[in-house]
Amino acid sequence: MECKKLHISLLVPVLISATGCTSLGVEPWERDLLAKKEMSLNAAPIDAALDDHIYFSKEASSGGKGFGGGGCGCN
Amino acid sequence: MKNGSDKTNIKTALTIATAALLGTNNLAQATSTSIASVEENSWEFDSAFLFYSEVDRVSASEAIFNANKTFENEEVLNLKLTIDALTGASANGAVAQPTIQTFTRPSGNGQYEIAPGDTPLDDTFHDTRVQFNGQWTQPVASNLIASGGIHISKEYDYLSLGLNGNLAVDFDRKNSTFSAGFSYFQDTFTPEGGIPKPFASMLIGDSSDPDWDDEFAKTRIGSEDDKSTADILLGFTQVINRRMLMQFNYSYSVVDGYLTDPFKILSVVDHNGVAQDYVYESRPDSRIKQSIYTQSLYHFDTTVLDVSYRYMWDDWEITSHTIDSRYRVPLGDDFGTESYLQPHFRFYQQSAADFYRPFLLDSDPLPAFASADYRIGEMTAITVGFKYGMLVNNGNELAFRLEYYHQTPTDAGFEEPGVLKDVEIYPTIDAIIAQVTYSF
Repeated sequence: MECKKLHISLLVPVLISATGCTSLGVEPWERDLLAKKEMSLNAAPIDAALDDHIYFSKEASSGGKGFGGGGCGCN
Repeated sequence: MKNGSDKTNIKTALTIATAALLGTNNLAQATSTSIASVEENSWEFDSAFLFYSEVDRVSASEAIFNANKTFENEEVLNLKLTIDALTGASANGAVAQPTIQTFTRPSGNGQYEIAPGDTPLDDTFHDTRVQFNGQWTQPVASNLIASGGIHISKEYDYLSLGLNGNLAVDFDRKNSTFSAGFSYFQDTFTPEGGIPKPFASMLIGDSSDPDWDDEFAKTRIGSEDDKSTADILLGFTQVINRRMLMQFNYSYSVVDGYLTDPFKILSVVDHNGVAQDYVYESRPDSRIKQSIYTQSLYHFDTTVLDVSYRYMWDDWEITSHTIDSRYRVPLGDDFGTESYLQPHFRFYQQSAADFYRPFLLDSDPLPAFASADYRIGEMTAITVGFKYGMLVNNGNELAFRLEYYHQTPTDAGFEEPGVLKDVEIYPTIDAIIAQVTYSF
């Protein structure tokens, strides 16, 4: 069951990359919106670091977006 | 770190960080101006102060000071200092009872009493932590970026040292990026009162008794223990079109060593649900966690939607789902300065670890492992809030964030005997998160 989920998760990027050259992506001059700070995947790294610390201390999951890591005795 | 001078140092650092954050017209601006004249403004700073407070439980204050410098050949140096202080009460793992309960503090010095019907909380929980992170990122070849970093975190009873490295390769006009990273942490835990013996009974009685120290020592197996955490993270990022970007991650994490919480106990109850004993918890000495994570950003005409989903599973049989979303709405300069509002919604749900037990029955044989820590029990949690940001002083950003966190632990199918039917076994947790950020 878990292996299946893993395979599906890995398949998605492979499929996207396989079709990437033909239908996905933009030309360099089309990056006006993507170049905005709020369009970056980690637009607010400080907020993300603080949130990671809170949820790492209160829940059993961590990481995913970045490293889960250890780092403090809060859990 | 518990002596007077260190406490003063931490307080001073906290004061400076807070002043840098809040005194935007004074210290922060002075720093900004002096740096600007020397480095031609190539340094960028973020400072943030966060206050987290649970109803009747823990409060935490956390300050972050982050500095970024970009050099000529696109090398980036990132330095981050985090200081936090925790205080308040934390659930010790025992269940509520219809009578007064007495517990020994983790240090062995003294006892505390819990009123009938109340969830047992140890109110001596306090700690101060200082963390430093350094990260260096640079292009190493055409379309190839490498990054490496260090992590040091020290609190009164805990030391964590970490390393990380990452490689990212761009292709298809930089529309696609594959990345691979690893991180390794080595943590040492030196809890006050030492490491309790798994399933040893909590010694309760007169701590001024001449035999007390010897008897207490019999419930201990050492003064410190350690754990290591090794993570591998594989990522793929794809630009979909002019408005949309997606990311997919897979992570594999191996944690080895002391994973037990030395401050947590379990109630051992009889067939009427009446506590007969309290024993220290015991967890396996390894855990393998895996997760998949996907995030998508979409730019509408003016607004930006950021949605992510994470599925996590581990060999403790915990699985979790996390949905996190933010929607940024620019408000133009209606309030005299350019600003935005960003509502935030997060949903979290997890299943219990296979050794999670809200309590133990004295008629049952002792399991190999058991913990009543609600954080590895079944639960649902939501976070709702918003962030308001505005541009001030030539493009510097000042932002405020206010959020509400509500955690609902749920019954994973344990039958409650006798008096336990009349007390709250799974109390909810409510917390407020308030944050101020100033970037300059």
